[in-house]
Amino acid sequence: MDANWIAIAASIVLQSSPLIIAVCGETLSERAGVVNLSLDGSLLLSAMAGFAAAYVSNSLLLGFLAGAGVGALMALVVAFGSLALRQSQVAVGFVLTLLGDSLSAFLGQNFTRLPGIWVPRLPIPWLKDIPVLGPIVFNQDLVVYFALVLTLASTWWIFHSRPGLALRSAGERPEAAFARGVAVRKLRYAYAVLGGALVGVAGAAYSLDVKIGWAEGHTRGLGWIALAIVIFGGWSPLRGALGVLLFVATRSVISVVLQRSLGESSVVVLNALPWLLMLLVLLVVSGRLGGQLLARLPAPLQRPLRGLMQAAPPAALGAELKEG
Amino acid sequence: MRVELDKISKSFGPVQANRGISLTFEAGRIYGLLGENGAGKSTLMKILSGYQTPDSGRILLDAVPQQFRSPLDALAAGIGMLYQDPLDVPPFTVLENYLLGQPGGLAIPRRTAADQLRQLGQHYGFDVHPHERIEDLSLGERQQLELLRLLSGGAQLLILDEPTTGISAEQKSVLFNSLRDLARKERKTLILVSHKLEEVQDLCDQAIVLRQGDYVGGAKLPCPSRKLVNLMFAELPRRAPRPRPVAGTPQLELRDLVVRTPRLALQPVDLSLHAGEVLGLAGLEGNGQELLLRACAGLLPLAGGELRLAGQRQPRLDYLAARKLGLHYLAAGRLEEGLVSGMTLAEHMALVSQNGLFVDRAASRAQTRRQIKQYQIVARPGSRVEELSGGNQQRVLFGLLPDDAQLILAEHPTRGLDLRSSDWIWQQLDLRRREGAAILFLSADLDELLERSDRIAVFSGGRMSRLLDARQTSLNELGHLIGGGA
Repeated sequence: MDANWIAIAASIVLQSSPLIIAVCGETLSERAGVVNLSLDGSLLLSAMAGFAAAYVSNSLLLGFLAGAGVGALMALVVAFGSLALRQSQVAVGFVLTLLGDSLSAFLGQNFTRLPGIWVPRLPIPWLKDIPVLGPIVFNQDLVVYFALVLTLASTWWIFHSRPGLALRSAGERPEAAFARGVAVRKLRYAYAVLGGALVGVAGAAYSLDVKIGWAEGHTRGLGWIALAIVIFGGWSPLRGALGVLLFVATRSVISVVLQRSLGESSVVVLNALPWLLMLLVLLVVSGRLGGQLLARLPAPLQRPLRGLMQAAPPAALGAELKEG
Repeated sequence: MRVELDKISKSFGPVQANRGISLTFEAGRIYGLLGENGAGKSTLMKILSGYQTPDSGRILLDAVPQQFRSPLDALAAGIGMLYQDPLDVPPFTVLENYLLGQPGGLAIPRRTAADQLRQLGQHYGFDVHPHERIEDLSLGERQQLELLRLLSGGAQLLILDEPTTGISAEQKSVLFNSLRDLARKERKTLILVSHKLEEVQDLCDQAIVLRQGDYVGGAKLPCPSRKLVNLMFAELPRRAPRPRPVAGTPQLELRDLVVRTPRLALQPVDLSLHAGEVLGLAGLEGNGQELLLRACAGLLPLAGGELRLAGQRQPRLDYLAARKLGLHYLAAGRLEEGLVSGMTLAEHMALVSQNGLFVDRAASRAQTRRQIKQYQIVARPGSRVEELSGGNQQRVLFGLLPDDAQLILAEHPTRGLDLRSSDWIWQQLDLRRREGAAILFLSADLDELLERSDRIAVFSGGRMSRLLDARQTSLNELGHLIGGGA
């Protein structure tokens, strides 16, 4: 493969990583039944907090911890609002989105456009020498490796572990989970906060790695993209990660190709193309068309693919938890 | 295991659901728990199975007092409950659903667990496929899995809530055979909560009857169904004589009408209802009478047969079209289906009687004031409907009924109302009837049916009985038919 294309592929993987982390976090939260709609505000606020903490302390670890803390706190507000105060998750999330956005602009004033520290590249010995795959995936930094491990680990956790059964049952049928001794309320709190912390890590990963630095509105819009990709991914981290890669890749390829042939203005217009592509894929994957295509495939392929294509939201997503 | 309930009481606000109920359940026996809706059966069973805590009273297992804080506590002590709608997780596989909540390591040993589950199924005579999805199974199969789960969890006493609603006859016989085996061979105690007297007679050793929160008696089974019905429905003073109806033109005609829902299929119904006539539908809840009423209102699709309104054939009836033909439906769920919570009386009036873009508030208020007077509603035009008592809500619904109603379909028209409101409702319905409307209503109150109808049809298991003349029939005959007799 052309070295140029390999460089583009590596950059797609890097740019996808924070979004993948955020998608995994939100997927965990929604699987337990809590929609954290504050993602866009959470990402902004944690990106700002992560950058500021790392800038002040000169420590990357503290930067990421600050981001995670902010994300977890935002999620805790959503969870408390719905589980204890019985408010609508959607309403609380929306308000927090606006709050996070404005607060990050206000608190981040003194950290705007400063040179900060960033996550260093950390090639993995041996693995980085694999042709094509090595330079794309294993000649990266810790954020990328974390995203990779998180995707695989959370997929296994949700679908193949015993605690994953409890997690999914709480989002699908809390009364059945309760009947079998699952502490649904505690579990929802735990996964909402964990998911929020991951979103916070993703925010810090933007300001410390992918779009280094801080300015007002630094990651604006990316939270909504992550929320959409959770749905696109059918509430599976693996599918969500593939969705992120697809989204970022089409956007990069379009801008690379078009910048060569066309002017800047059409690039802006064609930024909508990844979304169109995503809609198309969604239609094929979860519509009737997908089922028809699937039926033509050989039988041993059908079963795993059908599992991958199933995309129904957790049945009790966003619903109020009734006392048992 | 011997299970004793000792003076269990529970109330929800002003409603006393259980009043000092004491019962004993012996090992190896099958009990049938009977009672009307609201008799307190499900509350009592929820208390026994740990879903609710009693206000007072004790549960004793082998003479040891217990306190259940959750269903899991109860199951650990040996009490499991099988719900009508099984408490499983539809998108899970059978195996995942079985493993949920069971202790064990982080990873799931799928192969060994699947083998275990298959063996467990074999032991109880159920065919189990661990890798199928719950949502692809029938209700009967899902029940079998719940049974397995409860049994493997150590249940000694099993409560089954209406287990035969919505399952096939074949699954029912499999279920009943395994229940008999559980009682005879494994000495389990079983409690069957049911509205279907024939099933209770068929399966149970002993009947327990609750009425309005009280334990009113029991009987060794089998015994005449009449005796059980008499226990379930308290007898009230005899009805007053009433005028013969003047049969007018047919308002509603049904020929071989078939209605199907996943839960129940209604056997073909032939019926005609004339202007000025009142027809009552009897039966324990879920035996098909609701389906008939809803199908006639255009709220359920017809699976076959013919429906005529005022002589006109209606191949595809929908409710809005039916309203234009003078058909009106009074739902049992007054706040859910009849009225709009959050809207005032005047707004309701404007909704049904005004067209166009703007609401003429003055006119709707004046009209509402007239209705309040005429229908003796205790409210103001600006009151929101959810603030009203049940009786007043029902009066509002009558106030919204247009004057030219030709056919009134009423679901439980007086359920939950006091005597005065009930009487008033029937005065209104009689008025309509004298003006030439036909009335079709269903009720769980046998006395109301006998007193108010001209003719009565009884439903049992989706089959409609012959039509009875309300003047000639008796509580006993109704009870016999409700129990599935011919």
